[in-house]
Amino acid sequence: MSPSFHELTAGQDIGSRTIEVTRTDLVKYAGASGDFNPIHWNEAFATGVELPGVIAHGMFTMGAAVQLVTDWASDPAAVVDFQTRFTKPVLVTDTTGTLEPGATIEVSGAIGKLDADSGTARVDLTVVAAGQKVLMKAQAVVRLS
Amino acid sequence: MTINPDLQGRSYPAAEVYDVGREKIREFARAVKATHPAHFDVEAAKALGHTDLVAPPTFAIIIAQRADAQLIEDPDAGIDFSRVVHADQRFIHHRPIFAGDRLVAELHVDGVRAMGGGAMITTRAEIFALTDGGNESRESVATTTSSILVRGEGQ
Repeated sequence: MSPSFHELTAGQDIGSRTIEVTRTDLVKYAGASGDFNPIHWNEAFATGVELPGVIAHGMFTMGAAVQLVTDWASDPAAVVDFQTRFTKPVLVTDTTGTLEPGATIEVSGAIGKLDADSGTARVDLTVVAAGQKVLMKAQAVVRLS
Repeated sequence: MTINPDLQGRSYPAAEVYDVGREKIREFARAVKATHPAHFDVEAAKALGHTDLVAPPTFAIIIAQRADAQLIEDPDAGIDFSRVVHADQRFIHHRPIFAGDRLVAELHVDGVRAMGGGAMITTRAEIFALTDGGNESRESVATTTSSILVRGEGQ
């Protein structure tokens, strides 16, 4: 069931989730997206360009974070506008061969603004990894009935 | 390596067609850990009133980054890909992307500004679906904007 526009209020919480990330996830995202920049899978290359280590694609984090919104909206097509700034890299440590994640991303969302004319709700996402906000101004506009 | 300041205002016309396949939507959805059935099950997508599988909200990045590659790989641009960091991204969907769509992207370089020894470059991809009328006939699907920071030495 999709949420009804008239039952929403600004500031309302839409929920939260935890996303565990491994190096394998980054390789999968590289293949699925076509972004093969080695900073996302090769430690020596990443440190060679003055990064702290292998980092997640910003687009992986953005794409995974919005799933909270699509599931809440009950239809992925309801997301008509989605934007973010990438402020901190998500460092993914090498846990290959173990069951441990290489990074953990915490996502939570709240209604930022309601627009009655267009029947849209802006969901503001808070996305944190290793205690730091990794996305800023992460906003998804959802069209609701 | 320096960024060519004359890039601003440049555009790259729609190049190859991107055919959106069901398996690609499923693969991309799994890669961003999406579980909504409208990405995987045609009947579930149809039950929501869609013609076919619905792409996740950030799927258009595949087409946008292919268009960006024309700029990044342009020797005249002076961009070192290994020093590129994604600074911001926006997707405006004029309509959802569905399996079966045939998409093309026009790339526009909207901004270039020097930052330290590097530069911030803002691009916009206008993504269209080709319709039955052929290449001349197309429907606006999405506008994506992206800023990349090309880090200078020591940045």
